[in-house]
Amino acid sequence: MDATYTALAHFAQTGGLLYFMAIFAGVILYACWPSNGERFNDASQIPLREDD
Amino acid sequence: MYQGRGNLPPIELRSGSPIWTNLFTLYGANIMGERKVRYLSLEEGGFSLLLLAVAIFCLVIAGKTWDQVLAFHTALIALASLAGIFFIFRRYFDGNNTPAPLEINGKPNYNMAPVKFATWASVFWGIAGFLVGVIIASQLAFPALNFDLPWINFGRLRPLHTSAVIFAFGGNVLIASSFYVVQRTCQARLPGTIAPWFVVLGYNLFIVVAGTGYLLGVTQGKEYAEPEWYADWLLTIVWVGYLLTFLGSIWRRKESHIYVANWFYLAFIVTIAVLHLFNNASLPVSIYSTKSYIVWAGVQDAMVQWWYGHNAVGFFLTTGFLAIMYYFIPKRAERPVYSYRLSIVHFWALIFLYIWAGPHHLHYTSLPQWASTLGMTFSIILWMPSWGGMINGLMTLSGAWDKLRTDPVLRMMVVSVAFYGMATFEGPLMSIRAVNGLSHYTDWTVGHVHAGALGWVGYISFGALYCLVPWLYNKKALYSLRLVNWHFWISTLASCSTSAPCGYPVSCRA
Repeated sequence: MDATYTALAHFAQTGGLLYFMAIFAGVILYACWPSNGERFNDASQIPLREDD
Repeated sequence: MYQGRGNLPPIELRSGSPIWTNLFTLYGANIMGERKVRYLSLEEGGFSLLLLAVAIFCLVIAGKTWDQVLAFHTALIALASLAGIFFIFRRYFDGNNTPAPLEINGKPNYNMAPVKFATWASVFWGIAGFLVGVIIASQLAFPALNFDLPWINFGRLRPLHTSAVIFAFGGNVLIASSFYVVQRTCQARLPGTIAPWFVVLGYNLFIVVAGTGYLLGVTQGKEYAEPEWYADWLLTIVWVGYLLTFLGSIWRRKESHIYVANWFYLAFIVTIAVLHLFNNASLPVSIYSTKSYIVWAGVQDAMVQWWYGHNAVGFFLTTGFLAIMYYFIPKRAERPVYSYRLSIVHFWALIFLYIWAGPHHLHYTSLPQWASTLGMTFSIILWMPSWGGMINGLMTLSGAWDKLRTDPVLRMMVVSVAFYGMATFEGPLMSIRAVNGLSHYTDWTVGHVHAGALGWVGYISFGALYCLVPWLYNKKALYSLRLVNWHFWISTLASCSTSAPCGYPVSCRA
């Protein structure tokens, strides 16, 4: 029981750390990638360029 | 035989089609005096069958149950379902029954009628919910106001108030604004003819069933999840319809990029569905009884409940209303959002972190300490995306701050974002175990909730409604900005005194 808990906790803690950092890094890279800038500027105008 | 109105084209029968179609065709044409050469659409047939199944199921329960409340509620749902079938077929037999065009003169033909309904429903439920809040606050000060009646005692009215303002008022604001925003930002009409109405009317039927249930003493005893199993099933069906209708609009979008507000709406819809299913995984003791038991045992149930409960805050009251912020503030200020990049980081960070914060509601309980420490840690980390979002909303006004002087609607939304910043600062603070030891079971909690619910959710909703109503009815402006101004200052005074941790006891316990 204790061994299972320790093993699971270890996996969850290190795995969770890596998983969160990887996703965060991915999001930051996607958001800050220079060539995406034009698309994001364009997207931010979507609510303002509606018809009528 | 009824000959119809004037010169009608001859009835055409489809020789190759099944007999029942021709029967429909003939019958419809003769009764209503119109040419009828189309099949019942898949949507009409599907919804009719679904509603028929619901009606039969509910009628059987209503007839056989010994539980008066269940008989009342199932009869109500059956009646509503049958009314739904009636309206589907009345429309089918009516002359004007072709699907609305997706575009008129190259412009999207938006479907705003369900949006209008949900908008007015939110106004109605808002007034009802705030009124119940005033009543229970008065009951705290003057217990005689309970009148020794079970239906209106504090214990039943308090959750009625909570759910009325969150789910009835807030929920209708979210449905109205999401159907509006997804159409406008995708340049696409909502899919279906019946589906949007099914969502809007079905959700409000759920509200009626849930709300009367509180008064009649039917409850699961779980915060934000009081409605019993049959109401939960009803909401599940409606919510699936909501998800599909929302996704359908995104599917047929003209804009290649999905605007950030839609991401927030989608996260709200999907996550609420998952939370609702897990926290209401309960088995009724009999289908003729209102009573049910959850499948989770003991502390697991408590953890699932507060995983649900905190994410009702995170994904209903935060994510959904952030979607409103990301559409309505840029629109009203006539400037794009401060940083679209920040909004992407805000979105992903917020949804990945919020889902873990629930256990901070269970400090000093039989929940293992590591679990409540985990919840507390994630709550503190949440500070960053919350404030990132707040900064993004506020800075959208940079260069346009002068508008706050002249536009009370924009002022409402900006004060809302400021309250969001305060509530998301206070929340992580209160999630810390040592602080929670002081704040738990005090009016500090109530004050915190009202900073979020009145300050953030209330103001962004009022701001959105004040924008939405003139837009929906093609009016140039509101009836009176002076009245909005009065609304703003009266409610600002009230919110500050309710939300300030010391103000709440003063205002309600004096």
